[in-house]
Amino acid sequence: MPKYNAAQRRYNKRAIGLSLLYVLLLVAAIVVFKRMHPSGPLAWLLAILPALPIMAIVAAMGRYLVEESDEYLRAMEVRKSLIATGFMLTVTTGWGFLQSFELLPQVDFYWATIVWFGGLGVGGCVQALRR
Amino acid sequence: MRNRLKILRAERDWSQGDLADRLEVSRQSVNAIETGRYDPSLPLAFRIAKLFDLPVEMIFLSDD
Repeated sequence: MPKYNAAQRRYNKRAIGLSLLYVLLLVAAIVVFKRMHPSGPLAWLLAILPALPIMAIVAAMGRYLVEESDEYLRAMEVRKSLIATGFMLTVTTGWGFLQSFELLPQVDFYWATIVWFGGLGVGGCVQALRR
Repeated sequence: MRNRLKILRAERDWSQGDLADRLEVSRQSVNAIETGRYDPSLPLAFRIAKLFDLPVEMIFLSDD
């Protein structure tokens, strides 16, 4: 069997394409905001644009779980996602309370997604240690 | 749950990769089942039984 199965290859393709799109849209949004100072609906549209590929990556992960025919690989991926979710909830809850008591600075909400992706790495390590 | 997968595979001189190809699953799956880290679903257990031409209970054994 090749290193990546068909479902994994499709996911990798989608994730790489969406990551590149994210970089492109983020740079475009920053440049337009700096140079043209948009306002009103255009500003809203431009500001949300870089978030869309990230949302699509989360959807692509869900689609991978549906398309993965190998039940063991699927179970490992689900476990990793649960670890990531627990990690994200733990970090954001802790940070939130420390922030409420003004012990930590306020951070943007999108950091929750970044922490979740970091949690996938934690999940991968947990699984590697269990082997 | 214990299983006799490794013995049955050895009797046929199959590698984990050979068995994985025959079952159309990854080699990691075969390894995880063989070492008892993962209990297969009923459909996969039946596929394994069919491949070895044995009843499921001759391959997978209860811990107690």
